[in-house]
Amino acid sequence: MTHEAGRQRGETVPGRMRRRDFLARTGKAGVALAAITGTDWLTGKAPAFAQERTLHVLEWSSFVAPADVERDRQAAEFGKQAGVKVTVEHINANDLPARATAAIEGGTGPDILQLLSNYPLLYAGGLDDHNDLIAELGGDDIYSFIREAVRDEKGVHRGVPNFFGGGANVYRKDIFEEVGIAAPPETWDEYLEAGKKLKHYGMPVGQSLGHTFGDAPGFAYTLLWCFGGKEVDEDGKVALNSPETANAVDFLKEFWVAACDESGLAWDDTSNNRAFLAETIAVTLNGASIYFVARNDPRKAAPGLADRLGHFLIPEGPHGRYHGVGPFTNCITRYSANKEAARDYIRFVHQDENFEKFLVINKGYVNGPLPKWQEHPMWEEDPAVTIYRELPQYGRNLGYAGPYNRQSSEAFAKYIIVDLFAKAVRGDSTQSVIESAERELKAIYEA
Amino acid sequence: MKSTPSSASTVSPNTLETAARLPLSKRIGQWLENEAVLGYVLMVPALLLIVVFIAYPFSLGVWMSLTDKVVGTPGNFVGLANFAKLLKSEIFHQAAWNTVIFTIAATVIKAVFGMWLAILLNRKFRLARFTRATVLLPFIVPTVLSGLAWLWMFDATFSVFNWMLKWMWRLEIGVFGFMLKENWGYVQGPLWLGSPGLAMFSIILVNAWRGLPFFAISFLAGLQTVPPELYDAGNIDGTNEFQKFWHITLPLVKPIAVVVTVFSFVVTFSDFQVVYILTRGGPHNSTHLFATLAYQLGMTSGNLGEGAAAALFMFPILGLVILWQLFYLRREDSGG
Repeated sequence: MTHEAGRQRGETVPGRMRRRDFLARTGKAGVALAAITGTDWLTGKAPAFAQERTLHVLEWSSFVAPADVERDRQAAEFGKQAGVKVTVEHINANDLPARATAAIEGGTGPDILQLLSNYPLLYAGGLDDHNDLIAELGGDDIYSFIREAVRDEKGVHRGVPNFFGGGANVYRKDIFEEVGIAAPPETWDEYLEAGKKLKHYGMPVGQSLGHTFGDAPGFAYTLLWCFGGKEVDEDGKVALNSPETANAVDFLKEFWVAACDESGLAWDDTSNNRAFLAETIAVTLNGASIYFVARNDPRKAAPGLADRLGHFLIPEGPHGRYHGVGPFTNCITRYSANKEAARDYIRFVHQDENFEKFLVINKGYVNGPLPKWQEHPMWEEDPAVTIYRELPQYGRNLGYAGPYNRQSSEAFAKYIIVDLFAKAVRGDSTQSVIESAERELKAIYEA
Repeated sequence: MKSTPSSASTVSPNTLETAARLPLSKRIGQWLENEAVLGYVLMVPALLLIVVFIAYPFSLGVWMSLTDKVVGTPGNFVGLANFAKLLKSEIFHQAAWNTVIFTIAATVIKAVFGMWLAILLNRKFRLARFTRATVLLPFIVPTVLSGLAWLWMFDATFSVFNWMLKWMWRLEIGVFGFMLKENWGYVQGPLWLGSPGLAMFSIILVNAWRGLPFFAISFLAGLQTVPPELYDAGNIDGTNEFQKFWHITLPLVKPIAVVVTVFSFVVTFSDFQVVYILTRGGPHNSTHLFATLAYQLGMTSGNLGEGAAAALFMFPILGLVILWQLFYLRREDSGG
């Protein structure tokens, strides 16, 4: 008897399952599985036995590794006190915006997003109102340049700035001395002359002009401001195309070839740290992380390197001296089901005793959100990093001189100002790069 | 009972009465015995997957591209404004041009060298199987991992290529000194990811390196179907190696070659990982492709409408390529 013949007569062929038997058995198995696991997975609800209070915090991965350890410790301590299971997830800062977008659009994910610079304005629609919390944790005492970076057009604060970072130029005192640079440069012209000597010596200035969140915009925006250029005027109208911007671009064209490691066009925020510690560059704009690693991590730096390092502020240009100071802001998401726990967590990390530990462990890499933290004895303990205490007096936020809004965040996210300079050092004409950036800015600000 | 759809209308009232008396489970069972019904039932899971994971996101993307949606807001219908805005953007023009160059260059390199590698692998030699398996490694290793390795090799400061170039230059070995630039006494190696031309070359190289094994193994499978008698006949006719390749190998491998090349074209055109890992679209947007620009606009700049529009620009091009492939395959099947 063939199988086909048997099937036609409705007989069961030995070793083969009939279709209806298969369906019946799999159906029963499905029902049994549903009975075991419940049907909550269909509705997106966690099974009752797995429910507990949780808090998910998404943060950057700090260049000062012990800072992450301290933050995790504090989160665990908070969790113990509040009866909440806290998960702190650390990721590359360049990936924070994409994660934020996915979380807000999906309506699920971290309860607290740490957003850099003025990104909270970009995500305002998905973030909670933090006005009460801001008032409670410092209010008007918080530095204006970080508070305004998180306050939208409606006057709603979309997060609470926890700290801010900024760059100073870390340099090799021994190399400066060797090439005959008597003192760190005070002006951009002096810096150009110093840079020429350094490059001739074989250890140039290292500067990123790549698509990255910190060093490249930190340099490009401040150079623009020092020469009097600005993205928009006080009314928010695009004002990039100006003789001041042209002067900044022309200066960098000369500075780049004469003084810089030209590979900086492809650098991210880690590249200058590696290059400096590998002793291929003599100076670079950075937070205090290079010094921190040189002082504390003998595996990554030559012995005694930390003693040969110094820092100087961004040089003064024709229109003054400026520093980009980017806040790191804790933002409670609108979709979060644990808003109270999230608020308590933010209160906890802002408590003096907790923030002090965080500040001290960063050793100059971060500044506190309130001026009182500038008085902390930590700044005097190591003269090499004391200069970072001065950053607030030169602080400006992205989008100067206009009102802080999501357009300034978008221009930042699209690297318009960074690419203005990057195209110029590639060899494009000054006017063409300014006009090109102006068109892109108008598409953002005047759309 | 004959279980075909056409027989349903000829079922007698008695049969229906009998069926109605059966318990529900039996009736469902009988119903599923109908192959036409069962066919559709079995298709449902696949259909659901396509609807949930492809059709729905695609439709949502189309809808978003017609709105001014930014993250966390519902967005308003703006028609084709996002497309018009992109068409005026210099960055978009550059990304479009980059995508064309990247796709054509990488696909041609993969096709030519893939065929060459397949012919080599088709020969009999010691450890042939092991070599064939090894060749697949670049394709198997996750792109993120291999991308990071390449990133390190192209690193501006620590590039192994630059180290070798400088070493050879100092010892006056080779003729690659022209790749180094001496400026103010400072010797600068090639900026693999820092100058627009070299950055494009680098991402093409990595994409080709990764995709080459797929071509080679697919072509190898095609080569192994070519009857050896044809080559014997060619030998009798006094053909040389090139003539054998051109008149025997290539025509017989052509159907596979077309499918593989078109498939690779589609994947290369929409590539994201290689560029994202190596350059993030830099320097100054010179390596942005449609996919990375769409990501930058939508995911990191929060303009989901604009990002969706940038991504959708890929659709008509890829759609045409796939349609062409379908027509080609039908023509081949019908012996046309």
